[in-house]
Amino acid sequence: MIRLTIGNENPGCELFIIGTRGMVKLLNFIAPLLLCTVLAGFAVAQDVILPSETNIIDSAMVAPDGSLPLGISNLIVRDNPNDDGNSIWLVWDKSPDDDLGKITSYIILRAESREGEYSRVGDVTSGTTEFFDNSAVDGVEYYYKIAAVNSLHDNGQLQWEMQAQSDPAGPVKSSAQWFDMRRFNVFIGVIFLCSAILYFISKAKTGKELFIRKIAGLDSVDEAVGRATEMGRKIFYVPGISDMDNVQTIAGVTILGRVAQLAAEYETWIEVPVCKSLVMVTAKEIVKEAYVKAGRPDAFNDNQVHYLTDDQFGYAAAIDGMIVREKPATIFYMGSFYAESLIMAETGNAAGAIQIAGTGQASQLPFFVAACDYTLIGEELFAASAYLSKEPKLLGSLKGQDMGKAAILIFIILGLILESFNIFQMSNWFSVR
Amino acid sequence: MEQQIGLWVGAFLTMGIISFLYKDNPWYKLTEAIFVGISAGYWFVALFWDNIVGKFWIGVFDRGDYYLLVGAVLGLLMLMRLAPKIGWISRWPLSFVVGAISGFYLLNYFSSNVMLQVQSTIMPLFSPQFNDPLFTSSAGNIISNLFIAGGTFTGLVYFFFSKEHKGAFGGAAKIGIWVIMITFGASFGYTVMSRMSLLIGRMYFIFGEWLNLIG
Repeated sequence: MIRLTIGNENPGCELFIIGTRGMVKLLNFIAPLLLCTVLAGFAVAQDVILPSETNIIDSAMVAPDGSLPLGISNLIVRDNPNDDGNSIWLVWDKSPDDDLGKITSYIILRAESREGEYSRVGDVTSGTTEFFDNSAVDGVEYYYKIAAVNSLHDNGQLQWEMQAQSDPAGPVKSSAQWFDMRRFNVFIGVIFLCSAILYFISKAKTGKELFIRKIAGLDSVDEAVGRATEMGRKIFYVPGISDMDNVQTIAGVTILGRVAQLAAEYETWIEVPVCKSLVMVTAKEIVKEAYVKAGRPDAFNDNQVHYLTDDQFGYAAAIDGMIVREKPATIFYMGSFYAESLIMAETGNAAGAIQIAGTGQASQLPFFVAACDYTLIGEELFAASAYLSKEPKLLGSLKGQDMGKAAILIFIILGLILESFNIFQMSNWFSVR
Repeated sequence: MEQQIGLWVGAFLTMGIISFLYKDNPWYKLTEAIFVGISAGYWFVALFWDNIVGKFWIGVFDRGDYYLLVGAVLGLLMLMRLAPKIGWISRWPLSFVVGAISGFYLLNYFSSNVMLQVQSTIMPLFSPQFNDPLFTSSAGNIISNLFIAGGTFTGLVYFFFSKEHKGAFGGAAKIGIWVIMITFGASFGYTVMSRMSLLIGRMYFIFGEWLNLIG
């Protein structure tokens, strides 16, 4: 059925609409016959699916002849796969008029029954053939229609609009999925990595010696603690400005355990100023345990680990003050750092302290390289705890990660060759959505 | 009037911080103490209203998100360390946080730092896209592609801990550390320039807004 209606979107044209209502009634009677004839001719000529229902909305002026667009075809509606629910995926073949510039947009309409009242849930620009309705309620059945729209706006005012609606498609229900199958490659990668780590941990536990190359920055930890002991001065350990939800902070406080143990053995005062409460609690536990391991639990003082402020530059200002006043012999910066890195490292350098830094923040590493004696670059920070403690569990884990890196190197070489010579597009294996 | 007072206080504190460039002095000590004290107090209030009131109280009692009670219980367990006899309980929430965060970030980092990095490195070296005829890229692009591929490869070799850096492997690792250092140099220059804008901002505050020496 083809219907001709007049909308009332422009309040200024109310009188005009009332005046022409009689004319419209007449048009409503004649137009179906005329439009049916024209559209049937089009359909036969172009071999396309006809819209089952067409709305013509005329707001201010009558649409010119031939403005009625052809509708979309092959509308498919499905539950959006690999999601946490409340989303339905719609895909369609665009209207043949889309390429001719006769489509301005597509309107997505939704109802809870096939013949029910369809309401607008979204719209997309011409040329689009996909839409995700993220306002669906899980378990509710929906029907969808797509209206191909041809309209004219003048200075933001709708002049006329013609819609060709598709047949309804459905029913469809949205639901949540347990697994996102698009990330199956990540699953395979993680399984491979974890298997390698577990294998090497079990190997290390059997007593097999695992080789780890020399890491200069870490070899200097003993030397740095020894220097503080000889000079009779403090050691400062700065675990960065991030909280315990940052793996760099976790790595930083893990290394703190080893440094604190050495300090306890050498009877040297180690001070850990922190800027996050959770880091303070964790660092206190670690330092306390290190003193117990060193056989000197009585030497541990609760004030060795203390809070300064959560504010980034307030923290930097306080540490600067502590460095110039207390003149520590050794300063460790291990964790996640931002703009305060150079402020602190430069002050430590000027104070003549031996400085060892380690961070995974690529943007801050240059400052540490420039101002510190030794710098652990990125992954070296994460390898540090294994290297220093020589614990089988950590060494096995480091070895397993190396196997992961070896696999990556092989994939990169293979992928570069295959893609460069147009044999196989291996990069798709690593695509993550 | 209030604005003028604010301006003078701002200038006094800014000069106090800058005075550290000369040496540690009472003015800097005062400014530092004000900065640390006020910021610690500010963050306490901000975290209280954001987390305890904004997330927990409104979440549980207004929206009925009762799962937030789990977080509240873990938070309360943290306070157990105030009682020495049962202080060990405070290790539970810590273990939960560290374990949960590690597990959560394993997948995220694996996706962003491994998968996407490898995907970006694997590319046709001599053509703009896969399936394009060979050697259709410009000489500049080919050199750039070779540099990216070689830099990533040798950089990775440097971070390989299971093998001594000797022979060809050591040579590749040496090239890798050179690539990393060149990257650091570029990053250093770029960041220093961006820090200059912060200095200019402070100088404008002193000479423009406070002393009115620049328009």
